[in-house]
Amino acid sequence: MTSTTEQFAEFADVSATTLLRFATAGSVDDGKSTLVGRLLHDSKSVLTDQLEAVEAASLKRGQEAPDLALLTDGLRAEREQGITIDVAYRYFATARRRFILADTPGHVQYTRNMVTGASTAELAVVLVDARNGVVEQTRRHAAVAALLRVPHVVLAVNKMDLVDYQEPVFAAIAEEFTTYASELGVPEITAIPISALAGDNVVEPSANMDWYGGPTVLEHLETVPVSHDLTGCHARFPVQYVIRPQTAEHPDYRGYAGQIAAGAFRVGEQITVLPSGKTSTISGIDALGESVDIAWAPQSVTIRLADDIDISRGDLLAPVGDAPATSQDVEATVCHVADQPLAVGQRVLLKHTTRTVKAIVKEIPSRLTLDDLSQHPNPGQLVANDIGRVVVRTAEPLALDAYADSRRTGSFLLIDPADGTTLAAGMAGESFATTKAVAVVEDEEGWDF
Amino acid sequence: MTTVVNVHEATDSPFALSHLDSLESEAVHIFREVAGEFERPVILFSGGKDSIVMLHLALKAFAPAPVPFTLLHVDTGHNFPEVLEYRDRVVAEHGLRLHVASVQEYIDAGKLRERPDGTRNPLQTVPLTEAIQQHRFDAVFGGGRRDEEKARAKERVFSLRDEFSQWDPRRQRPELWQLYNGRHAPGEHVRVFPLSNWTELDVWQYIAREGIELPEIYFAHEREVFARSGMWLTAGEWGGPKDTETVETRLIRYRTVGDMSCTGAVDSDATTLDAVIAEIAASRLTERGATRADDKMSEAAMEDRKREGYF
Repeated sequence: MTSTTEQFAEFADVSATTLLRFATAGSVDDGKSTLVGRLLHDSKSVLTDQLEAVEAASLKRGQEAPDLALLTDGLRAEREQGITIDVAYRYFATARRRFILADTPGHVQYTRNMVTGASTAELAVVLVDARNGVVEQTRRHAAVAALLRVPHVVLAVNKMDLVDYQEPVFAAIAEEFTTYASELGVPEITAIPISALAGDNVVEPSANMDWYGGPTVLEHLETVPVSHDLTGCHARFPVQYVIRPQTAEHPDYRGYAGQIAAGAFRVGEQITVLPSGKTSTISGIDALGESVDIAWAPQSVTIRLADDIDISRGDLLAPVGDAPATSQDVEATVCHVADQPLAVGQRVLLKHTTRTVKAIVKEIPSRLTLDDLSQHPNPGQLVANDIGRVVVRTAEPLALDAYADSRRTGSFLLIDPADGTTLAAGMAGESFATTKAVAVVEDEEGWDF
Repeated sequence: MTTVVNVHEATDSPFALSHLDSLESEAVHIFREVAGEFERPVILFSGGKDSIVMLHLALKAFAPAPVPFTLLHVDTGHNFPEVLEYRDRVVAEHGLRLHVASVQEYIDAGKLRERPDGTRNPLQTVPLTEAIQQHRFDAVFGGGRRDEEKARAKERVFSLRDEFSQWDPRRQRPELWQLYNGRHAPGEHVRVFPLSNWTELDVWQYIAREGIELPEIYFAHEREVFARSGMWLTAGEWGGPKDTETVETRLIRYRTVGDMSCTGAVDSDATTLDAVIAEIAASRLTERGATRADDKMSEAAMEDRKREGYF
């Protein structure tokens, strides 16, 4: 390891660093705060004045040692109650990469917060206490990561110091978790034995676990690939805003501004506009001031077309021959994130990419119990933190991909038109929540240890 | 053992974006969402580095068309003259429209009372919220970053405020994917923070990369200052120094700009962007910890002010 000063001196050269967004999940006493604290601390992201503030606050509360949780619990209510209520975002960096950490609360009742954190994460760290192994909450976290299609999952088996750093303890937990998460469709799982308190395998390799040959948590975070291979992606461009200067200098400029949601677009390419179905050719791409031949996700660009056709905010550009079907009937898995319920027959707004349309909830075929993945048919409504299947009819056709194909164009929000509350986070198409009776009752006993 | 699956080597894909490109792309997306969904957005512009970066991003987001937003500055009456000069020059250069809400006017009219400590930062809340109501702004861009402070770490990119501009951290909308929900009732507005995911270092590196001009006070210069509460404050008509405080000339620069009464300078010989970046990278103090007196007033000073309508 280079010293922190050396690591930061290298930041003058910014060209090489990439950004990784990741989320942490863990039950209340699994040591999540300690892990986050250590990652922040050892990457020089906790500065003297912050540490002093935490020491002062801890002392005031009668605690002898500084309570690192006070670093991450930013709200009065959180500090008073000693629990994390809401997602917080943390920033730290090494010479190799910048990190945005969605620090999500572990409480059962805050599933929506983990969903929030996982929605933008490329990687999720699921913490397990080595003494307790895989518990109900672990399975819930794995299920959310699978549902949200987080590409990489790290299982951090914490408190290895309390089980004498024994390999078989780690191996059994890792095996059980890997089997469970793989069945749910988590594409990549890396298990790491750690002690966040003692610092084993978090930033520094552990001297206590010679039998472990894999990366430390930080090393893995630094090297896990961020970008997808774009060659297999369906290119998608939701139009955000039409740029038409109408000035003497640019009398005829007409550009479609937006952030490429998936794949790549090239000048000369034939595109289809949805939902109208009209076609044209890309005549130019302006990448924030620079004219380019090709642009890819998630770049914000402005696309110009060869033909003057009617295109406005909410339309979607896709390559001719690779455009999604449009439909007014949406089937999806949703996580209900509001306190007010979502019921069959309810009128809502559906926000998909840059398009917001009226919609009605036609059916709620099932509600999922994350603990055992069992399905409850026709619950009638969903309440806070519920995950369920819904069928929604929209007033206008939407060009919706399956969430499995595109997190960006397969996701949507349901919004209460009366007060603007975000009701539910939707993921279009199939997921493990679709299949009936996944719950394997005979495995139940194996889970409780 | 079946536990470690597929640990990849870091591969430099031709499609990988640098962290600055990722942050820039995200911020531009946020600006365009607001332009697409709101009627009367405004950018809070103080002439400080974060608002300067915001304006630069807005210019890029809508080029070659002009920025479709007006600007608003809450002038405490104790601003650095160099910053006001910069503000006016930039506004003129880009043909922008600037509204100024003046704390001094509120004090002169008897609507606000000077605080005993002379700090005017907290006094900005009333002129700010009244300007928002008066001009019926429905989206207000702020340069707040989540890395600045623990309460700000809990802030959303789109943050709904009621008709009193209040922030209720327990009733925030979950923010999922890049789907920002800007729905609001008449009288309510949304605060928008396009730089949420940027750190102080990101801001400086972006300024360096883009060659953005800044007010000179961000770079080392000699200035008459005096010490108060462990910070170097600039001498001036706002009420410093007191009799017990002595003025000395030091080589300093500012990490933030704001009201002179509570914005501290740091000792520095960094006269170039590269030197500033190296200095921040080596600093053991946060931006606010080093330079803001008002954040030290209580453990939850920022949260309390944000609840009242402050940024």
